[in-house]
Amino acid sequence: MKLSYYPGCTMKNHASNFEESTLFALGELGVEVEELKRWNCCGTVYSLSADEVMHQVAPVRNMIRAKEAGADQLMTACSMCYNTLKRANARARAIPEQLSRMNAFMYDEPVDYQGDVEVVHALEVVRDQVGLEAVKKKVVKPLKGLKVACYYGCLLMRPREIAFDDSENPTVLEKLVEALGGEPIEFSHKMECCGAYQTVNKPEIVADKTYQILSTARAQGANIVVVSCPLCAFNLDHRQEKTLEIHPDLHTMPIVYFSQLMAIALGGDESVLRLDLHHMPPKPLLAEAGLL
Amino acid sequence: MTAYISRQNVRNAFVAKVQRLAGQNLMACYQCGKCSAGCPMASYMDILPNQIIRLAQLGFEEELLNSKAIWMCASCLACNTRCPKGVRIAEVMEALRQIQLRGRHEHLEVENLPPEVLDKIPPIALIGSLRKFTS
Repeated sequence: MKLSYYPGCTMKNHASNFEESTLFALGELGVEVEELKRWNCCGTVYSLSADEVMHQVAPVRNMIRAKEAGADQLMTACSMCYNTLKRANARARAIPEQLSRMNAFMYDEPVDYQGDVEVVHALEVVRDQVGLEAVKKKVVKPLKGLKVACYYGCLLMRPREIAFDDSENPTVLEKLVEALGGEPIEFSHKMECCGAYQTVNKPEIVADKTYQILSTARAQGANIVVVSCPLCAFNLDHRQEKTLEIHPDLHTMPIVYFSQLMAIALGGDESVLRLDLHHMPPKPLLAEAGLL
Repeated sequence: MTAYISRQNVRNAFVAKVQRLAGQNLMACYQCGKCSAGCPMASYMDILPNQIIRLAQLGFEEELLNSKAIWMCASCLACNTRCPKGVRIAEVMEALRQIQLRGRHEHLEVENLPPEVLDKIPPIALIGSLRKFTS
């Protein structure tokens, strides 16, 4: 089975650390993925209006690109792309009348979309197609010394119809961290939203949320937070600067993508981690744990 | 605040529009307050999510459309996941924002964002806020 890969807007710039580590880790696990030759933005947020068809066209057009590549699965690693693509796809399948309107909008495409591409998240591929036991066997550098708060954020597991784990208390990240030899902590704020796109014009609110989430992670024993979304990463990592202005007692903490932990444990060197893109440097902790 | 509830307001075109845009039956809500209890943005809102639903049931158009709350909602869907009656509160918030945006009442003026802000924030944040806050 061939997997098409949909990167999304931020993986090619601010979140290159996410992309490069994901592709490295999947390669080590023997998963073959191929980036879509021409892809367009998914829109980042799924349109919640019942009458809105126009905004579903952008995500659905990527399904046609996947079909052209001969794939029946389209994989993405970004939580927001996953949410938007998966929901638009589900809507196209559920409401034939809307799908035919979408196809009418896309009259210049060589084929109509039939609803026959499956959207999958990279974590799902690792859990279901590779298997966590197989991951465990490939670990060359167990993540000893990392006490990890697994932060899911809002859109990876919501709503329930698109979730690939429990919507209130998912554990897929914890199980992955365990398989990699790290220690996941019990984290009460794993599903608490970071404020998402409010970061553009209300950074002070995001700073409050970051303070609550990171202070809780620390109080519950974490020394690092793992995420699966470039927007969560920006808010929890880069917004620590703003957070310190408002809450000077914040204990700063490194934020990494799950794929970076995989890359480390699977023997990747520093070049695939792109630690230069982080605000709070993960290097001191990783070096102290003997992982770099 | 003194509120006057009238049959005329409850059955007005605004209530019908909100229900149609949101795809929700507002009357399903029995005011348990679970949406507001778990909302990560509730402390920044002038009207709480459960109050939004109540005001929408009763046709309080002006109060809803001029509230700060509809722009504070981050569409994280915690409320939707937890509502025991299956009301999708986030969709109601979206409907209210859409009524404003479709009337060209922009919430975010991108041209006023300073370049140092635009330089720093990743595209995922910028596109997300444009989709939610502009027409």
